[in-house]
Amino acid sequence: MLRAESLACERGGRLLFKSLAFALAPGTLLRVAGPNGAGKTSLLRIVCGLARPAAGRLLWSGEDAHGLGEEYTRQLLYLGHLSAIKEDFTPRENLRFALRLAGLLPPPEALEAALARLGLAGREDVPARYLSQGQKRRVALARLALSQAQPLWILDEPLAALDVDAIETVMALVSAHLDAGGMTVLTTHQEVEIASTSASVLRLVLGG
Amino acid sequence: MLAALAGIIERDLRLAFRRKGDVAQVLVFFVIVASLFPLGTGAEPNQLRAMGPGVVWVAALLAALLSLNRLFAADYADGSLEQLLIAAQPLAATVTGKTIAHWLTTGLPLTLLAPLLGVQYDLPGPALGALVASLALGTPVLSLIGAVGAALTLGARGAAVLLALLVLPLYVPVLVFGAGAVGAALAGLPHGAHLSLLGAFLAFSTVFAPWATCAALRIALD
Repeated sequence: MLRAESLACERGGRLLFKSLAFALAPGTLLRVAGPNGAGKTSLLRIVCGLARPAAGRLLWSGEDAHGLGEEYTRQLLYLGHLSAIKEDFTPRENLRFALRLAGLLPPPEALEAALARLGLAGREDVPARYLSQGQKRRVALARLALSQAQPLWILDEPLAALDVDAIETVMALVSAHLDAGGMTVLTTHQEVEIASTSASVLRLVLGG
Repeated sequence: MLAALAGIIERDLRLAFRRKGDVAQVLVFFVIVASLFPLGTGAEPNQLRAMGPGVVWVAALLAALLSLNRLFAADYADGSLEQLLIAAQPLAATVTGKTIAHWLTTGLPLTLLAPLLGVQYDLPGPALGALVASLALGTPVLSLIGAVGAALTLGARGAAVLLALLVLPLYVPVLVFGAGAVGAALAGLPHGAHLSLLGAFLAFSTVFAPWATCAALRIALD
Protein backbone atom coordinates (compact mmCIF):
# COMPACT_ATOMS: atom_id res chain seq x y z
CA MET A 1 0.00 0.00 0.00
CA LEU A 2 1.53 3.26 -1.16
CA ARG A 3 0.24 6.65 -0.09
CA ALA A 4 1.44 10.10 -1.06
CA GLU A 5 0.49 13.03 1.13
CA SER A 6 0.65 16.64 -0.12
CA LEU A 7 3.79 16.04 -2.20
CA ALA A 8 5.50 19.04 -3.72
CA CYS A 9 8.39 19.08 -6.15
CA GLU A 10 10.72 21.89 -7.07
CA ARG A 11 13.19 21.72 -9.95
CA GLY A 12 15.63 24.51 -10.69
CA GLY A 13 13.72 27.00 -8.53
CA ARG A 14 10.40 26.29 -10.25
CA LEU A 15 7.53 24.62 -8.45
CA LEU A 16 6.39 21.71 -10.64
CA PHE A 17 3.51 20.53 -8.47
CA LYS A 18 2.28 20.82 -4.92
CA SER A 19 -0.36 19.29 -2.65
CA LEU A 20 -0.28 16.10 -4.67
CA ALA A 21 -1.93 13.15 -2.97
CA PHE A 22 -2.82 9.65 -4.09
CA ALA A 23 -3.24 6.21 -2.60
CA LEU A 24 -2.36 3.02 -4.37
CA ALA A 25 -3.99 -0.20 -3.21
CA PRO A 26 -2.90 -3.66 -4.41
CA GLY A 27 -4.08 -4.27 -7.96
CA THR A 28 -4.08 -0.61 -8.93
CA LEU A 29 -2.46 1.07 -11.88
CA LEU A 30 -1.64 4.76 -11.57
CA ARG A 31 -1.20 6.41 -14.92
CA VAL A 32 0.56 9.74 -14.66
CA ALA A 33 -0.19 12.01 -17.59
CA GLY A 34 0.66 15.56 -18.47
CA PRO A 35 2.56 17.66 -21.00
CA ASN A 36 6.37 17.65 -21.29
CA GLY A 37 7.99 19.31 -18.31
CA ALA A 38 4.97 18.87 -16.05
CA GLY A 39 7.02 16.83 -13.57
CA LYS A 40 6.08 13.25 -14.44
CA THR A 41 9.63 11.93 -14.25
CA SER A 42 10.30 14.01 -11.13
CA LEU A 43 7.25 12.46 -9.47
CA LEU A 44 8.41 8.96 -10.38
CA ARG A 45 11.89 9.66 -9.05
CA ILE A 46 10.33 10.79 -5.77
CA VAL A 47 8.13 7.70 -5.62
CA CYS A 48 11.09 5.36 -6.11
CA GLY A 49 13.17 7.16 -3.50
CA LEU A 50 15.84 8.69 -5.74
CA ALA A 51 14.71 12.25 -5.15
CA ARG A 52 13.29 13.90 -2.05
CA PRO A 53 10.04 15.85 -2.26
CA ALA A 54 10.22 19.57 -1.43
CA ALA A 55 7.28 18.99 0.89
CA GLY A 56 4.96 16.17 1.87
CA ARG A 57 5.55 12.51 2.59
CA LEU A 58 5.43 9.19 0.88
CA LEU A 59 4.14 6.32 2.99
CA TRP A 60 4.72 2.62 2.37
CA SER A 61 2.44 0.49 4.61
CA GLY A 62 2.08 3.51 6.87
CA GLU A 63 5.81 4.19 7.26
CA ASP A 64 7.87 6.94 5.68
CA ALA A 65 9.25 5.34 2.51
CA HIS A 66 12.37 7.53 2.30
CA GLY A 67 13.29 6.58 5.86
CA LEU A 68 12.93 2.86 5.20
CA GLY A 69 15.93 2.70 2.85
CA GLU A 70 16.50 -0.75 1.34
CA GLU A 71 13.43 -2.06 3.17
CA TYR A 72 11.48 0.03 0.70
CA THR A 73 13.63 -0.14 -2.43
CA ARG A 74 13.64 -3.95 -2.15
CA GLN A 75 9.88 -3.80 -2.81
CA LEU A 76 10.09 -1.89 -6.03
CA LEU A 77 11.21 -2.13 -9.60
CA TYR A 78 12.10 1.17 -11.25
CA LEU A 79 12.63 1.53 -14.94
CA GLY A 80 13.83 5.03 -15.64
CA HIS A 81 13.91 7.25 -18.64
CA LEU A 82 17.44 5.90 -19.18
CA SER A 83 17.40 2.15 -19.70
CA ALA A 84 20.54 1.37 -17.64
CA ILE A 85 21.76 -0.96 -20.37
CA LYS A 86 25.51 -1.55 -20.51
CA GLU A 87 26.60 -1.43 -24.14
CA ASP A 88 29.46 -3.83 -23.46
CA PHE A 89 27.22 -6.46 -21.91
CA THR A 90 25.03 -8.90 -23.78
CA PRO A 91 21.27 -8.84 -23.11
CA ARG A 92 21.71 -11.94 -20.98
CA GLU A 93 24.36 -10.25 -18.79
CA ASN A 94 22.40 -7.01 -18.59
CA LEU A 95 19.34 -8.87 -17.38
CA ARG A 96 21.31 -11.05 -14.96
CA PHE A 97 23.07 -8.12 -13.29
CA ALA A 98 19.90 -6.00 -13.15
CA LEU A 99 18.06 -8.82 -11.37
CA ARG A 100 21.01 -9.48 -9.10
CA LEU A 101 20.82 -5.88 -7.90
CA ALA A 102 17.22 -6.55 -6.98
CA GLY A 103 18.41 -9.57 -5.00
CA LEU A 104 17.19 -12.13 -7.54
CA LEU A 105 19.25 -15.02 -8.90
CA PRO A 106 17.03 -16.73 -11.49
CA PRO A 107 18.29 -19.84 -13.32
CA PRO A 108 19.69 -19.38 -16.87
CA GLU A 109 16.57 -20.89 -18.49
CA ALA A 110 14.40 -18.27 -16.80
CA LEU A 111 16.60 -15.49 -18.20
CA GLU A 112 16.34 -16.98 -21.65
CA ALA A 113 12.57 -17.32 -21.39
CA ALA A 114 12.23 -13.69 -20.22
CA LEU A 115 14.32 -12.42 -23.14
CA ALA A 116 12.36 -14.60 -25.57
CA ARG A 117 9.11 -13.20 -24.19
CA LEU A 118 10.30 -9.73 -25.21
CA GLY A 119 11.24 -10.98 -28.69
CA LEU A 120 14.98 -11.15 -28.12
CA ALA A 121 15.40 -14.88 -28.82
CA GLY A 122 18.64 -15.38 -30.76
CA ARG A 123 20.03 -12.02 -29.59
CA GLU A 124 20.89 -13.12 -26.05
CA ASP A 125 24.63 -13.07 -26.61
CA VAL A 126 25.06 -10.08 -28.92
CA PRO A 127 26.70 -7.10 -27.18
CA ALA A 128 23.99 -4.52 -26.53
CA ARG A 129 25.79 -1.86 -28.55
CA TYR A 130 24.74 -3.72 -31.72
CA LEU A 131 21.05 -3.57 -30.74
CA SER A 132 18.59 -0.88 -31.81
CA GLN A 133 17.02 1.59 -29.36
CA GLY A 134 13.83 -0.42 -29.21
CA GLN A 135 15.72 -3.66 -28.63
CA LYS A 136 17.71 -2.10 -25.79
CA ARG A 137 14.45 -0.97 -24.24
CA ARG A 138 13.18 -4.54 -24.58
CA VAL A 139 16.24 -5.83 -22.72
CA ALA A 140 15.47 -3.45 -19.85
CA LEU A 141 11.80 -4.48 -19.91
CA ALA A 142 12.65 -8.19 -19.79
CA ARG A 143 13.08 -7.64 -16.05
CA LEU A 144 9.31 -7.33 -15.76
CA ALA A 145 8.87 -10.99 -16.68
CA LEU A 146 10.94 -12.05 -13.65
CA SER A 147 9.99 -9.40 -11.09
CA GLN A 148 6.61 -10.59 -9.83
CA ALA A 149 8.12 -10.69 -6.32
CA GLN A 150 8.41 -6.90 -6.25
CA PRO A 151 4.96 -5.49 -5.51
CA LEU A 152 5.56 -1.95 -6.79
CA TRP A 153 6.55 -1.30 -10.40
CA ILE A 154 7.50 2.24 -11.39
CA LEU A 155 7.85 2.61 -15.13
CA ASP A 156 8.88 5.84 -16.81
CA GLU A 157 7.75 5.85 -20.44
CA PRO A 158 8.02 2.06 -20.76
CA LEU A 159 6.40 2.08 -24.18
CA ALA A 160 8.66 4.65 -25.85
CA ALA A 161 10.57 3.27 -28.87
CA LEU A 162 8.62 -0.01 -28.78
CA ASP A 163 6.69 -1.55 -31.67
CA VAL A 164 3.07 -2.71 -31.44
CA ASP A 165 3.93 -6.31 -30.52
CA ALA A 166 6.25 -5.27 -27.72
CA ILE A 167 3.69 -2.78 -26.35
CA GLU A 168 1.18 -5.63 -26.20
CA THR A 169 3.65 -7.88 -24.36
CA VAL A 170 4.55 -5.17 -21.84
CA MET A 171 0.92 -4.33 -21.13
CA ALA A 172 0.15 -8.04 -20.73
CA LEU A 173 2.96 -8.29 -18.16
CA VAL A 174 1.65 -5.22 -16.35
CA SER A 175 -1.91 -6.52 -16.20
CA ALA A 176 -0.74 -9.93 -14.98
CA HIS A 177 1.18 -8.10 -12.26
CA LEU A 178 -1.93 -6.13 -11.28
CA ASP A 179 -4.03 -9.30 -11.26
CA ALA A 180 -1.55 -10.86 -8.86
CA GLY A 181 -2.08 -7.95 -6.47
CA GLY A 182 0.82 -5.79 -7.60
CA MET A 183 0.86 -2.04 -8.04
CA THR A 184 2.15 -0.09 -11.00
CA VAL A 185 2.88 3.58 -11.55
CA LEU A 186 3.59 4.50 -15.14
CA THR A 187 3.87 7.47 -17.43
CA THR A 188 3.02 7.26 -21.08
CA HIS A 189 1.86 9.47 -23.87
CA GLN A 190 -0.02 6.62 -25.48
CA GLU A 191 -3.48 5.48 -24.53
CA VAL A 192 -3.04 2.08 -22.94
CA GLU A 193 -5.49 -0.70 -22.45
CA ILE A 194 -5.36 -3.05 -19.53
CA ALA A 195 -6.78 -6.47 -20.27
CA SER A 196 -7.28 -7.22 -16.61
CA THR A 197 -10.81 -6.96 -15.25
CA SER A 198 -9.94 -6.90 -11.57
CA ALA A 199 -7.43 -4.05 -11.77
CA SER A 200 -8.48 -0.47 -11.17
CA VAL A 201 -6.90 2.36 -13.09
CA LEU A 202 -6.24 5.80 -11.64
CA ARG A 203 -5.30 8.78 -13.74
CA LEU A 204 -3.21 11.61 -12.45
CA VAL A 205 -2.83 14.63 -14.67
CA LEU A 206 0.04 16.97 -13.88
CA GLY A 207 0.35 20.55 -15.02
CA GLY A 208 -3.18 20.53 -16.39
CA MET B 1 26.21 -8.26 2.13
CA LEU B 2 29.21 -10.25 0.91
CA ALA B 3 27.24 -11.64 -2.01
CA ALA B 4 26.21 -8.09 -2.93
CA LEU B 5 29.83 -6.98 -2.78
CA ALA B 6 30.96 -9.90 -4.93
CA GLY B 7 28.19 -9.18 -7.45
CA ILE B 8 29.31 -5.59 -7.95
CA ILE B 9 32.99 -6.54 -8.18
CA GLU B 10 32.19 -9.20 -10.77
CA ARG B 11 30.11 -6.74 -12.78
CA ASP B 12 32.78 -4.02 -12.81
CA LEU B 13 35.64 -6.41 -13.53
CA ARG B 14 33.69 -7.87 -16.43
CA LEU B 15 33.06 -4.35 -17.77
CA ALA B 16 36.74 -3.47 -17.37
CA PHE B 17 37.67 -6.66 -19.21
CA ARG B 18 35.42 -5.63 -22.13
CA ARG B 19 37.14 -2.24 -22.17
CA LYS B 20 40.74 -3.30 -21.84
CA GLY B 21 41.82 -0.05 -23.49
CA ASP B 22 40.74 2.02 -20.48
CA VAL B 23 42.81 -0.11 -18.12
CA ALA B 24 45.77 -0.16 -20.50
CA GLN B 25 45.63 3.63 -20.91
CA VAL B 26 46.32 4.14 -17.20
CA LEU B 27 49.21 1.69 -17.17
CA VAL B 28 50.74 3.07 -20.35
CA PHE B 29 50.57 6.57 -18.86
CA PHE B 30 52.33 5.32 -15.74
CA VAL B 31 55.11 3.63 -17.70
CA ILE B 32 55.61 6.59 -20.06
CA VAL B 33 55.83 9.22 -17.32
CA ALA B 34 58.20 7.15 -15.20
CA SER B 35 60.33 6.28 -18.23
CA LEU B 36 60.66 9.81 -19.63
CA PHE B 37 62.27 11.28 -16.51
CA PRO B 38 65.63 9.50 -16.87
CA LEU B 39 65.73 10.60 -20.53
CA GLY B 40 65.10 14.21 -19.59
CA THR B 41 67.37 14.47 -16.59
CA GLY B 42 70.36 12.44 -17.74
CA ALA B 43 71.43 9.00 -16.66
CA GLU B 44 73.62 9.82 -13.68
CA PRO B 45 73.00 6.79 -11.37
CA ASN B 46 73.16 8.65 -8.05
CA GLN B 47 70.77 11.33 -9.25
CA LEU B 48 68.39 8.67 -10.64
CA ARG B 49 68.45 6.73 -7.39
CA ALA B 50 67.71 9.90 -5.43
CA MET B 51 64.68 10.89 -7.48
CA GLY B 52 63.41 7.38 -8.29
CA PRO B 53 61.02 6.93 -5.35
CA GLY B 54 59.39 10.32 -5.86
CA VAL B 55 59.02 10.00 -9.61
CA VAL B 56 57.52 6.50 -9.51
CA TRP B 57 55.10 7.51 -6.77
CA VAL B 58 54.04 10.73 -8.51
CA ALA B 59 53.50 8.83 -11.76
CA ALA B 60 51.38 6.21 -9.95
CA LEU B 61 49.35 8.95 -8.26
CA LEU B 62 48.69 10.80 -11.53
CA ALA B 63 47.78 7.55 -13.27
CA ALA B 64 45.28 6.78 -10.49
CA LEU B 65 43.87 10.31 -10.80
CA LEU B 66 43.47 9.85 -14.54
CA SER B 67 41.33 6.76 -13.99
CA LEU B 68 38.98 8.26 -11.42
CA ASN B 69 36.30 9.77 -13.58
CA ARG B 70 35.46 6.44 -15.14
CA LEU B 71 34.48 5.19 -11.67
CA PHE B 72 30.92 6.53 -11.79
CA ALA B 73 30.64 8.62 -14.97
CA ALA B 74 29.61 5.78 -17.33
CA ASP B 75 27.04 4.43 -14.87
CA TYR B 76 25.71 7.95 -14.40
CA ALA B 77 25.36 8.53 -18.14
CA ASP B 78 23.46 5.32 -18.96
CA GLY B 79 21.18 5.31 -15.91
CA SER B 80 22.83 2.34 -14.18
CA LEU B 81 23.72 4.53 -11.21
CA GLU B 82 20.03 5.14 -10.50
CA GLN B 83 19.52 1.39 -10.39
CA LEU B 84 22.53 0.96 -8.09
CA LEU B 85 21.12 3.58 -5.72
CA ILE B 86 17.73 1.94 -5.37
CA ALA B 87 19.02 -1.64 -5.36
CA ALA B 88 17.93 -4.14 -2.73
CA GLN B 89 21.42 -4.06 -1.25
CA PRO B 90 22.91 -1.29 0.90
CA LEU B 91 24.54 1.49 -1.14
CA ALA B 92 27.66 1.23 1.04
CA ALA B 93 28.18 -2.34 -0.23
CA THR B 94 27.78 -1.17 -3.84
CA VAL B 95 30.22 1.70 -3.39
CA THR B 96 32.77 -0.48 -1.59
CA GLY B 97 32.48 -3.08 -4.34
CA LYS B 98 33.00 -0.49 -7.06
CA THR B 99 36.02 0.93 -5.23
CA ILE B 100 37.57 -2.52 -4.81
CA ALA B 101 37.01 -3.23 -8.52
CA HIS B 102 38.61 0.12 -9.36
CA TRP B 103 41.65 -0.73 -7.25
CA LEU B 104 41.92 -4.20 -8.83
CA THR B 105 42.03 -2.61 -12.30
CA THR B 106 44.33 0.34 -11.48
CA GLY B 107 46.09 0.22 -8.12
CA LEU B 108 46.99 -3.45 -8.25
CA PRO B 109 48.52 -3.42 -11.75
CA LEU B 110 50.36 -0.19 -10.90
CA THR B 111 51.81 -1.87 -7.80
CA LEU B 112 52.87 -4.92 -9.81
CA LEU B 113 54.49 -2.81 -12.55
CA ALA B 114 56.31 -0.48 -10.17
CA PRO B 115 59.36 -2.72 -9.42
CA LEU B 116 60.16 -2.85 -13.15
CA LEU B 117 60.19 0.93 -13.26
CA GLY B 118 62.17 1.03 -10.03
CA VAL B 119 64.89 -0.96 -11.75
CA GLN B 120 65.19 1.85 -14.33
CA TYR B 121 66.18 4.11 -11.45
CA ASP B 122 68.70 1.57 -10.18
CA LEU B 123 66.80 1.10 -6.90
CA PRO B 124 68.31 -1.73 -4.82
CA GLY B 125 66.30 -4.72 -3.57
CA PRO B 126 65.16 -3.35 -0.19
CA ALA B 127 63.98 -0.10 -1.81
CA LEU B 128 62.02 -2.07 -4.44
CA GLY B 129 60.40 -4.05 -1.63
CA ALA B 130 59.46 -0.81 0.14
CA LEU B 131 58.10 0.58 -3.15
CA VAL B 132 55.79 -2.39 -3.62
CA ALA B 133 54.71 -2.39 0.02
CA SER B 134 54.03 1.36 0.06
CA LEU B 135 52.06 1.21 -3.21
CA ALA B 136 50.11 -1.83 -1.99
CA LEU B 137 49.03 0.17 1.06
CA GLY B 138 48.78 3.57 -0.64
CA THR B 139 46.92 2.87 -3.91
CA PRO B 140 43.75 1.59 -2.14
CA VAL B 141 43.69 4.92 -0.28
CA LEU B 142 43.93 6.71 -3.66
CA SER B 143 40.92 4.71 -4.93
CA LEU B 144 38.88 5.29 -1.75
CA ILE B 145 39.49 9.04 -1.56
CA GLY B 146 39.19 9.32 -5.33
CA ALA B 147 35.74 7.74 -5.19
CA VAL B 148 34.56 10.55 -2.91
CA GLY B 149 35.88 13.14 -5.37
CA ALA B 150 34.42 11.32 -8.37
CA ALA B 151 31.00 11.18 -6.70
CA LEU B 152 31.12 14.84 -5.68
CA THR B 153 31.99 16.07 -9.18
CA LEU B 154 29.48 13.81 -10.94
CA GLY B 155 27.59 15.68 -13.63
CA ALA B 156 29.52 18.91 -13.03
CA ARG B 157 30.97 20.86 -15.93
CA GLY B 158 34.75 20.71 -16.00
CA ALA B 159 34.54 17.70 -13.70
CA ALA B 160 38.09 16.50 -14.48
CA VAL B 161 39.77 19.73 -13.32
CA LEU B 162 37.48 20.03 -10.32
CA LEU B 163 38.18 16.44 -9.38
CA ALA B 164 41.95 17.01 -9.46
CA LEU B 165 41.67 20.17 -7.36
CA LEU B 166 39.47 18.40 -4.84
CA VAL B 167 41.40 15.19 -4.52
CA LEU B 168 45.07 16.23 -4.86
CA PRO B 169 45.38 17.89 -1.43
CA LEU B 170 44.05 14.69 0.14
CA TYR B 171 46.54 12.64 -1.88
CA VAL B 172 49.54 14.64 -0.60
CA PRO B 173 49.99 12.78 2.73
CA VAL B 174 49.84 9.44 0.90
CA LEU B 175 52.51 10.65 -1.54
CA VAL B 176 54.74 12.03 1.23
CA PHE B 177 54.72 8.85 3.28
CA GLY B 178 54.70 6.52 0.28
CA ALA B 179 57.74 8.10 -1.37
CA GLY B 180 59.21 8.62 2.11
CA ALA B 181 59.11 4.89 2.83
CA VAL B 182 61.06 4.13 -0.35
CA GLY B 183 63.51 6.97 0.35
CA ALA B 184 64.15 5.65 3.85
CA ALA B 185 64.71 2.12 2.58
CA LEU B 186 67.11 3.53 -0.03
CA ALA B 187 69.09 5.29 2.70
CA GLY B 188 69.20 2.06 4.71
CA LEU B 189 66.92 3.49 7.41
CA PRO B 190 63.94 1.65 8.91
CA HIS B 191 60.76 2.48 7.02
CA GLY B 192 58.22 0.63 9.15
CA ALA B 193 56.81 3.87 10.54
CA HIS B 194 56.00 5.18 7.05
CA LEU B 195 54.21 1.96 6.20
CA SER B 196 52.34 2.01 9.51
CA LEU B 197 51.10 5.50 8.75
CA LEU B 198 50.01 4.45 5.26
CA GLY B 199 48.19 1.54 6.91
CA ALA B 200 46.50 3.99 9.24
CA PHE B 201 45.40 6.15 6.26
CA LEU B 202 44.03 3.00 4.66
CA ALA B 203 42.09 1.99 7.77
CA PHE B 204 40.73 5.49 8.22
CA SER B 205 39.65 5.91 4.59
CA THR B 206 38.15 2.40 4.45
CA VAL B 207 35.79 3.43 7.22
CA PHE B 208 34.93 6.97 6.17
CA ALA B 209 35.39 7.25 2.40
CA PRO B 210 32.55 4.86 1.33
CA TRP B 211 30.19 6.64 3.67
CA ALA B 212 31.07 10.03 2.18
CA THR B 213 30.83 8.60 -1.34
CA CYS B 214 27.31 7.30 -0.65
CA ALA B 215 26.21 10.69 0.62
CA ALA B 216 27.74 12.44 -2.42
CA LEU B 217 26.06 10.01 -4.86
CA ARG B 218 22.65 10.55 -3.28
CA ILE B 219 23.09 14.31 -3.64
CA ALA B 220 24.31 13.99 -7.23
CA LEU B 221 21.20 12.05 -8.28
CA ASP B 222 18.61 13.97 -6.24
